[in-house]
Amino acid sequence: MKMYLYSSFLSAENIEILQDSFLPLLKGVLSYTIPLTLISFIIGILIAVVTAVFRISGIKVLSAAARVYVSIIRGTPLLVQLFIVFFGLGNLGIDALKFEPFTGAVIAFSLNTGAYASEIIRASILSIDKGQWEASSSIGMSYLQSLKRVILPQAARVSIPPLSNSFIGLVKETSLASTILVSEMFRKAQEIVATTYTPLLVYVEAAAIYWVICFVLSIIQERIEIRLNRYVKT
Amino acid sequence: MISMKKITKQFGDLVVLKDINLEVEKGKVVVIIGPSGSGKTTLLRCLNILEQPEEGSISIDQQTVDFTKRITKKEVLSFRKQTGMVFQTYNLFPHFTAIENVMEGPVTVQGVNKKAARKKAEELLKKVGLSEKVNVYPHQLSGGQQQRVGIARAMAIDPKVMLFDEPTSALDPELVGEVLLVMKQLAEEGRTMVVVTHEMKFARSVADEVIFMDQGRIIERGKPDEVFSKPKEQRTKEFLNLINQ
Repeated sequence: MKMYLYSSFLSAENIEILQDSFLPLLKGVLSYTIPLTLISFIIGILIAVVTAVFRISGIKVLSAAARVYVSIIRGTPLLVQLFIVFFGLGNLGIDALKFEPFTGAVIAFSLNTGAYASEIIRASILSIDKGQWEASSSIGMSYLQSLKRVILPQAARVSIPPLSNSFIGLVKETSLASTILVSEMFRKAQEIVATTYTPLLVYVEAAAIYWVICFVLSIIQERIEIRLNRYVKT
Repeated sequence: MISMKKITKQFGDLVVLKDINLEVEKGKVVVIIGPSGSGKTTLLRCLNILEQPEEGSISIDQQTVDFTKRITKKEVLSFRKQTGMVFQTYNLFPHFTAIENVMEGPVTVQGVNKKAARKKAEELLKKVGLSEKVNVYPHQLSGGQQQRVGIARAMAIDPKVMLFDEPTSALDPELVGEVLLVMKQLAEEGRTMVVVTHEMKFARSVADEVIFMDQGRIIERGKPDEVFSKPKEQRTKEFLNLINQ
C-alpha cells in the first residue's frame, strides 16, 4: 500500500504534470499573488496608520469613525467582503463601482489589512514611553512632527513582528481572490486540476509554493528586525 | 524674564498647585526644593505647558499665556519654544545618535539647514564634554552622558529659559557630579534656569534664589543661605532636618 502510494505519486506521468503546471503556477504568483499582496499591504498600512492616529487623536468624531470601520471589517468574513466589493457593488449599475477583479481584490484586501494592522499600529504607538512625546514637545515639535519623527519610527520597530504576521497571512489570503476570477496562483491550480484530475498533486504543489514564499518572507522579516534593533540594547 | 501669576493646577479633585506667584529675573538661577508630591515638578511643567493650569497666567520674556482664556495649540507651541527642558529620565530619542538628538530641534522645528545644525550640535556636545560620543546611540552611553546629551538637546533650540526636572535623580551617585558641573557652567554663563532638585549642595552654591514648596504652595523663598541656614517656616525646618539626617 505504502509502496503503491509512493510509486503512484511520483510516477513519470505525475512528474510531468508537476513540471507542466509549475510555469503557469509561477506565472500566477508573479503576475497576481505577489502584486496583489504587495499593493494591498502597502495601501492597507497607509489606511492602518491613519486609522490608528484617528483612534488615539482624542477627537471624538475621528476615533468613532475609526472604531466603526475596524469593527465592521473585523466582524465580517474576508470572503464576504470580497463578494460585496466585487459582485455587490458591481451590481449597482454604477460604472465607477464596477471593478476589474484585480482592483476589487485590492480594495477588499486593503480595507481588511487596514483594519487589522491599525490595531497593531495603535498598540505600538501606545507602547512608546510618554516621555518621548514630552521630550519632542519640549523642543517645540507639533503633534504631527512628534508622531512622524519620534513616535512612529519607534513604533515601527515594535510592530514589525505582528505586521509580518499580517503580511504572511495576506499572501495566503490572496487565494480567496480566486473566487472573484483573479487568476492568481490558486485559481491557476484549480484550472490545471480541472484538466488533469490530480487534485492532491497540484494542490500540494501550490501549497509548497506558498510555503516557499512565506519562508523567504520570514527571512526578510528577521533581517528587518536586526536592522531596526540596532539602537536597542540587546 | 519669567512671571507666574496666580497659577492653580488640579488633577481631578486634587489641587496640586495653589495660587503660585513666581518671578525670575534674567540670568538668575532659581532652585525649587520640597518633599515629593509638593508640586514642584508640576510647577516646572507648567512653565512649558506640559501641564496646563486651570487659572493664572505665565509670561516668559514678551509672551504671555492667560490660562483663564482658551489657548490655541499654536500659542502653546510658540510659548514652548522659549524654554528648553531636561528630564529626570533623560528621554533621549533612542533611534537617533547623540548628535541627531541635538540637531532634531533646530532642523525639524526651527528649519535650520542640516550642515549648520550639525556644526552647532558639535559645539554643544563639546561644551557638555561629549565630543567623543557624537555618533553614538543613547543606549551606548552612561546615564550621566545621556543626561548631558539631554542638556545639549535642550540648549540647541536657543531657549531663553532652561528647565531642569530632577536632572540627577535617576543617576548613579558617581555620575551626578558630571551633570551638576555642566549645569553650574551654564549658570555661570548667565543662563536663566529653573531647577527642581534634591541636590542641596548644588542649590547652595549655584542658586540665586531657593524656593521651598509643600502641598502645592510656596512656603518659603530667599537666598540659599537664608533658607538653608536660618529657615523661617516650621515646615522648611522639618524638611531640611529630614534630608540632613
